[in-house]
Amino acid sequence: MTNLNHADAPPLLRLSQINKTFSNGTVALADMNAAVGRHEFLSLLGPSGCGKSTALRLIAGLGQTSSGSIDWAEPPGKGDIGFVFQEPTLMPWATVIDNVFLPLRLQHASRRAEQDRLEEALAMVGLENFAQAYPRELSGGMKMRVSIARALVTRPKLLLMDEPFAALDEITRFKLNNDLLDLWAKQSWTVIFVTHSVYESVYLSNRVMVMAARPGRVVADMAIDAPYPRSDAFRTSTTYNDYCRQVSDALHQAMAD
Amino acid sequence: MRDQFMKVIAPSIIAVLVIGGWELLVRINEIPHYILPGPGLVLESLINDWASLFPSLLITLQITFLALAIAVVGGAGLAILFSLSKLVEWSLFPYAVILQVTPVVAIAPLIIIYVDNTLIALLIVAWIVAFFPILSNTTLGLNSADHNLRNLFELYGASRWQELRFLRLPAALPYFLGGLKIAGGLALIGAVVAEYVAGTAGTGTGLAYRILEAGYRLQIPKMFASLILLAFTGIAIFLLFSYISHLFLHKWHESAIKREN
Repeated sequence: MTNLNHADAPPLLRLSQINKTFSNGTVALADMNAAVGRHEFLSLLGPSGCGKSTALRLIAGLGQTSSGSIDWAEPPGKGDIGFVFQEPTLMPWATVIDNVFLPLRLQHASRRAEQDRLEEALAMVGLENFAQAYPRELSGGMKMRVSIARALVTRPKLLLMDEPFAALDEITRFKLNNDLLDLWAKQSWTVIFVTHSVYESVYLSNRVMVMAARPGRVVADMAIDAPYPRSDAFRTSTTYNDYCRQVSDALHQAMAD
Repeated sequence: MRDQFMKVIAPSIIAVLVIGGWELLVRINEIPHYILPGPGLVLESLINDWASLFPSLLITLQITFLALAIAVVGGAGLAILFSLSKLVEWSLFPYAVILQVTPVVAIAPLIIIYVDNTLIALLIVAWIVAFFPILSNTTLGLNSADHNLRNLFELYGASRWQELRFLRLPAALPYFLGGLKIAGGLALIGAVVAEYVAGTAGTGTGLAYRILEAGYRLQIPKMFASLILLAFTGIAIFLLFSYISHLFLHKWHESAIKREN
């Protein structure tokens, strides 16, 4: 296991000895430790059932740990965490702009007062012309953009993404990968990105944590020291391929254990 | 376009065939009108007896819609209460089921005996049959809001009221409207059953009473006229609620969206 030290500043959050056992006896996480730095792009990579989604949900505060603690540099307030699910998870009865407005509405904000912020969020994902559309009128990729805009509208400190692009075709996925990196470069948030794709994790992240299943645990913690901005040229570079091989080896070892 | 046309034409042809066949059957076999009147005679009765049939129709409609309104308020209200408290749901739902599965014709005489005011007695009987589809459908709808969306509401610290208002109620709307379509027809059936049971003991002015009355007097064409009026009322109620459902759902719900492929 490779240990990395990102300790220029105190970490945004630290997971210590996290265990999670579900009521049916499934051990989802066993002694998970991790520190997540500010403005880090961290991928949790692993096979199905390795507890990566569980870890993400625990960080979001959805569900309780069985033991262990999650410590924050500053306790997150409402809207400090954005969450993007594998499915777009939009309200089908609401227009695009109403969907994006949801997190603000739940904080009792008024639609008129937040108009600028809503337009900014839609512009960030390139959907400014679709404000009044209903989700059913959008393609899969566009729905996912709405979901991302909704997560970003509160200007979160931490963006949690649970295999957000897994259901999309490759062309759309590559496009959204690039758009996500652009947004991340411009903003100050930290990303924790759950994926089962080696290639996607290496392309996006500056750090990849490889997890193994039964019980879910972290088996490797690897830095991806390739410079940003990364573009499609990076996908065919030697550096990229070397990292993919290393991460892939770690993943195979994790699955063999 | 062609499909739309056929949707109207095809059942119309069937109607013409059936009505024509009926008239023919009556004429060829010379069936007396007190056994089976021809459609012409029924239509004649519908026009001649309109003065007594129409006020009766209004009374039946009044009972139907009043009972339905109470069923909507009570059914949807109770469903919301169920969604807020599992304890309330566990406590009351079995009794709602008992109310539903007991045949209404069996309870109706008791209700008419115990409740002095006939109008209220009729309302209660119609309400009993209309109430359950709304309660059961709305409960199902309130509980079928997307799990991830519920997580999202939790993440943003939504209050229970916000979750109900912005998530559960809109998610329940298509189910509620489906229940309403069923309940509309059932309320009419409930009203007719109640009038039947109340019979001559009741205020005796609804359409069911007209059927009974015509039966006693062997005015068979008038019985048919009342029956047809009831059938058309049922269809009108169904169309009304289908239209209301379309108004609410056509922009977003799968059931109301027309697709090209």
